[in-house]
Amino acid sequence: MNTLLDRLATDFGIYDISDRKPAITTLKVEKQQAERLIRELRDREGYTHLNFITCIDYIEQGIFTLVYMLHNYGDKSTLGVEVDIDRENAEMTSIHTLWAQAWTYQRELREMFGINFPGSPRQEEDFCLEGWDDIPPMRREFNTKTYSTETFGHREGRVSEDPREHMKAQLYPTRGGDN
Amino acid sequence: MSKDRSSKNTMENSGLSADEQLLFCNARPEPYKPYSIKAVEDFANWARANSLWILAFGTGCCSIELRPLMTARFDISRFGIAGRPTPRQSSVFIIGGYVSVKTLKRIIRSYEQMQGPKFIIALGSCPANGGMYFDSYNTINQFDLYLPVDMYVTGCMPRPEALLAAIMELKEDIKVGNCDGANRYVENLDWYKANQKKVIKNWDMPDYNW
Repeated sequence: MNTLLDRLATDFGIYDISDRKPAITTLKVEKQQAERLIRELRDREGYTHLNFITCIDYIEQGIFTLVYMLHNYGDKSTLGVEVDIDRENAEMTSIHTLWAQAWTYQRELREMFGINFPGSPRQEEDFCLEGWDDIPPMRREFNTKTYSTETFGHREGRVSEDPREHMKAQLYPTRGGDN
Repeated sequence: MSKDRSSKNTMENSGLSADEQLLFCNARPEPYKPYSIKAVEDFANWARANSLWILAFGTGCCSIELRPLMTARFDISRFGIAGRPTPRQSSVFIIGGYVSVKTLKRIIRSYEQMQGPKFIIALGSCPANGGMYFDSYNTINQFDLYLPVDMYVTGCMPRPEALLAAIMELKEDIKVGNCDGANRYVENLDWYKANQKKVIKNWDMPDYNW
C-alpha cells in the first residue's frame, strides 16, 4: 500500500493521505488529475469496485469535497479519493465511462447539491424530487425547517420539548429537574 | 370527439396536454346520497362496516405494523378484514407513516381510484403533525389538508393492538354513519385540489383520477 501511495504521489500529486480505519485510506487529488487517477486505480491497481460517490459541503471554505470510494477485492482494501471543487458553478468530470452505475450517483449529486457532470446521461431528469424549484436541498445554505413550515404548514398545538430537560423532569420529578 | 367536453360539471385537467385530455374522463365526482329509508341505510352501513378491504399500499415505516396484523399472531382476518392488491377492490386506505411529496401524488391517484364507500386511517404521528420529519424538505406535515381522514392512530410507531382498536372504532363509526370522509372530499374538492397542487409542483395527471 505504501509503495502504491508513494508512486501515486509522484505521478498524480496526491496529498493529505490518512488512514481512517485499518482498511480505509483516503487521499486528496487535484480536480484535473482525478479522472486519470481513478482510471489508473481501476485498470492497473485492482480497485475495480466503485462503492459510492458522495459529497461533503464545506460551506465555510466555499468548497464541495467529492469522495469516490473504491474497493480492491484482491487485498480487501478501500481507497477514498477526495476531490475539492468550487462551490460556485460546481462542476466535475463525469466517470460514467468507467462504471456505468456512476451516473445514478451523479444524477443524485446534481439534484441534491447542484453539481454539474457534463456528458453524464439523464442529468436533466428528476431523480428523487419531482418538480423541485428551490435551491438543491442538501446544500447547507438551504434552511429545511423554514422551507417545511412555509410549504407544508405547522399543525397548531404541536410543541417541541428539549429532550434532556423533558426526560429529567419525567424521570426525576422530585429533584426539580436537577439530578 | 366533436362533443364539447367542458361544462360546469367538468374538471379542467390543465396538467395534461390537449391530446392526453381526450384520453381521460373529466367529470366531477358527486357526493354519495344515502338511501331515503333509514332502515335500508342502516342495513347498508352494517354491511359496509363488516366488509372492509385494506389496500396493500405501505407508504412509510408504520406500514410494517400491517404485517403482524395480517399473519398469525394478530390475525386481522378474524374480524373479516383482508388485504386487496388494487385500489379498485379496496375500501380502507391505511396511510402507514410519513408521506413524502412523491408518495402523496401516488396516494391521491390510488385514493381517487378507489370506489366508494372508502375510508382513510392515518397511522402514526407523521400524517397528523409531521412527527419526527416535521422539518423535512420532502414530507408533508398535515395529511388532512390533502385528503380526508376518518380515523387517526397516534404513536411512533403504534402497536398492532392500537391499529386493531382503530379498526374496531372505525367499524362502529361506519355503523352509525359517521364516516363521511369521501363525501367531505367531494364537497370540498376545490379546496383539497388547491392544497394538493400547492405541494405537488409537477401536476401531470388528471384533476380527478377516475
